[in-house]
Amino acid sequence: MSPDPAGAVADAHRREWAGVLAATVRVTRDLDLAEECVQEAYAQALTAWRDGVPARPGAWLTTAARRRALDAHRRAAVAQRALPLLVVDEVAPEPWGAPPDDLLALLFTCCHPALTAEARVALTLRLLGGLTTPEIARAFLVTEPTMAARLTRAKKKIAAAGVPFRVPGPDELPRRLAGVLTVVHLVLTTGHTAPTGAALVRHDLLDRAHDLARLLRSRFPDDADVAGLLALVLLTDARRAARTDPAGGLVLLADQDRALWDPGMIAEGRALVLEALPARPVSRYAVLAAIAAVHADAPTFADTDWPEIVGLYDVLAARWPSPVVALNRAVAVGFADGPEAGLAALDALGDDPRLATYGYLAAARGELLRRAGRDAEARTALEEAALLTANDVERELLTDRLAALEG
Amino acid sequence: MGRYLILLYEDEASWAAVGQEETAAILAAHRRFGEAHGDVLRGGGWLHPTATATAVRGPGGGGNADAPGFAAGEDALVTDGPYVETKEALGGFYLVEVPDLDSALALAREVPAPFGGVEVRPLRET
Repeated sequence: MSPDPAGAVADAHRREWAGVLAATVRVTRDLDLAEECVQEAYAQALTAWRDGVPARPGAWLTTAARRRALDAHRRAAVAQRALPLLVVDEVAPEPWGAPPDDLLALLFTCCHPALTAEARVALTLRLLGGLTTPEIARAFLVTEPTMAARLTRAKKKIAAAGVPFRVPGPDELPRRLAGVLTVVHLVLTTGHTAPTGAALVRHDLLDRAHDLARLLRSRFPDDADVAGLLALVLLTDARRAARTDPAGGLVLLADQDRALWDPGMIAEGRALVLEALPARPVSRYAVLAAIAAVHADAPTFADTDWPEIVGLYDVLAARWPSPVVALNRAVAVGFADGPEAGLAALDALGDDPRLATYGYLAAARGELLRRAGRDAEARTALEEAALLTANDVERELLTDRLAALEG
Repeated sequence: MGRYLILLYEDEASWAAVGQEETAAILAAHRRFGEAHGDVLRGGGWLHPTATATAVRGPGGGGNADAPGFAAGEDALVTDGPYVETKEALGGFYLVEVPDLDSALALAREVPAPFGGVEVRPLRET
């Protein structure tokens, strides 16, 4: 038990938010009202927990939130409702806490294909991650009013169109699970390198990706995509402490202190890759995680098994071709067969208009040119990359590289 | 339970170009759809092409002179053609009553619409 109620409430917010909300949605059948009740329950806890933190904070919060929800329903019973109630399947109520399926139902509701991709991610971070609207707005480069409007519109559509609060049945599940995994993957990549701002890594987003992947793994233990995605989360997040220096500057994979990598996460991630990779059809997440695992297995950057990484990118390029995969493959070729080979592979995709404003292309070219000793061309490419990135930490690294070339 | 309108939007030029046999096959597919889902179907219809449409526009909406906002003496504007010109035009509809959007979408996937697609719209329950 924590002697500090504010700390205990913050901790419970981090751990229990999604479960408390999901259990409350079942009672309110209204997402906004559920959020309001859960927020009030947390506020109530700040005072109530001064005399001692309950043994089961999540159960306490759920009871408090549900009580408020029932009161609100009684008050609103005669009032005209603007929107219909959520479609919630009848199940025997649990005496406390959220049965795991409520959490999962909330996740599937947030990731419903009838919502836009942007709305799915935003709703998931808001309702399951407990992030505030300004936090989500910052992560996705939009203003707060824009993000608030996006969330409101999505919640309205869920109610008005009758998006059900439910884990889909077996017919629908494979397709719907793929959509959920896309959202979790986007949370991971956005958290790993924040698209904008002063901080390179959004720890809050990484933590949420971690929680969501674990939730899915607990519910779908035999699914290769789920195992692959959790592996990718673990192997990516294992490098968290090494990716920035004490001043917050970006440390590239080549320069990272590998002693700072989390060995527990790497071991778990590697085991999941071994489990997921043999599944057929091949899981894209398992291949992405396998690439991360090859890096994790190398004691030093120079010892990296680059031909293996090129081979894994070949699998990706064959089944899921994209300019970004081609770019990453070219970088791997540059290490496996030398910078000139890497530049040749890059030239093959230099005209792709989808990469025209993608800063990583210019950065990769600059790096290969630098290693090939073509300093003047390297300078031009790195200058272009610094112009194109919106992340301050990345820009600083590129500027440092430029300064090194000048010296 | 909620009511949903499934709106069929299809390319009219394609419809005009098909032969009798293909038309019959599409209609048979609709009949099969209707028979398979008679328990949730509340209505439906097949529209003549937009060439037969007449739009009525007035400040009050459909041209009702008693409607709010309709100034005295103003008349509705009646024009030949659909309200909105689109390549894929509204050509038919089904009204269904099902528990939720997922059920409505499952039905929508089965609606024959070889020259376009369908839109699912929830009805306001008043």
